[in-house]
Amino acid sequence: MSRAETVTTFLSAAPFAKTLGITFNVLGDEMTTILPFQEKLIGNGSIRALHGGAVGAFLELTAMAQLYLITDLSKPPKPIDLTVDYLRSGRAQNTYARATVRKLGSRMASVYAEAWQSDRAKPVAGLRAQFLVDSIGDEPISEEA
Amino acid sequence: MAESPNMLTAMQEHAHLIMTAVPWAKELGFEVTSVEKAKATAKVAWKEALVGDPDSGVIAGGVITSLLDNLCGVAVAAALTEMKSLATLDLRIDYMRPATTGEDIIAEAECYHVTRSVAFCHAWAFHGDRSQMVATASAAFALNTSKRRNSKPTGDQT
Repeated sequence: MSRAETVTTFLSAAPFAKTLGITFNVLGDEMTTILPFQEKLIGNGSIRALHGGAVGAFLELTAMAQLYLITDLSKPPKPIDLTVDYLRSGRAQNTYARATVRKLGSRMASVYAEAWQSDRAKPVAGLRAQFLVDSIGDEPISEEA
Repeated sequence: MAESPNMLTAMQEHAHLIMTAVPWAKELGFEVTSVEKAKATAKVAWKEALVGDPDSGVIAGGVITSLLDNLCGVAVAAALTEMKSLATLDLRIDYMRPATTGEDIIAEAECYHVTRSVAFCHAWAFHGDRSQMVATASAAFALNTSKRRNSKPTGDQT
């Protein structure tokens, strides 16, 4: 199975990714994730802004998926910590994100991700996260997974 | 600052309704269980829709991020003596251990400092009590009164 297929299989089967309603587009070793606007993602009804937690969760999944894509891990990497900077209020429209792996070590990786809406130059939020990529405890992937 | 307990009292009386007014919190099943001055407690029950990795059944990190972010906001509101709008400035989450499959997650948030324009919070997510910590958070919130926002634009942080 190619890495793109591995990541696609994981994201398609992960219940929380479905709850968020994420879709994605893998192009070679880079992916763009899409968070289509849905009423359930609203955090502040009076200004119809996306929930900060939904945007944070979207960025976290984007960072994890991008890291999973470029490594040969048999399971998705686990987050150690993350920081989300909220730059602008997320409006009631589609949101997009991409992540860059800034450092891939033998045990840990540092990943940045950014989310935007109509204007790529005006990000809604940024994320910096550390992931565990240690293969200790990693088990062979099951036939279908 | 003059004490105005009314806002806090209203939050305490309607604690279980606080999250139902927030679509994303309602979707994930968050429930505020108590509110005190500058503090709030909530829980979320395990359900399949929250699972991050179907192989393990462990709740996704994003659920905990959403819970702690939201609960910090509640703690800030419970610390304020006048109505202000809140916007999360930043949020840092440390994951101690994966949540246990099938178990409720309890969260506590505390707003430990408030200035005119910023509120600072810490939050904890755990099973049972704090000896089984799942994650911790620290967050800063921008506070805006409509008066100040009109007279002194602070940029793009509606």
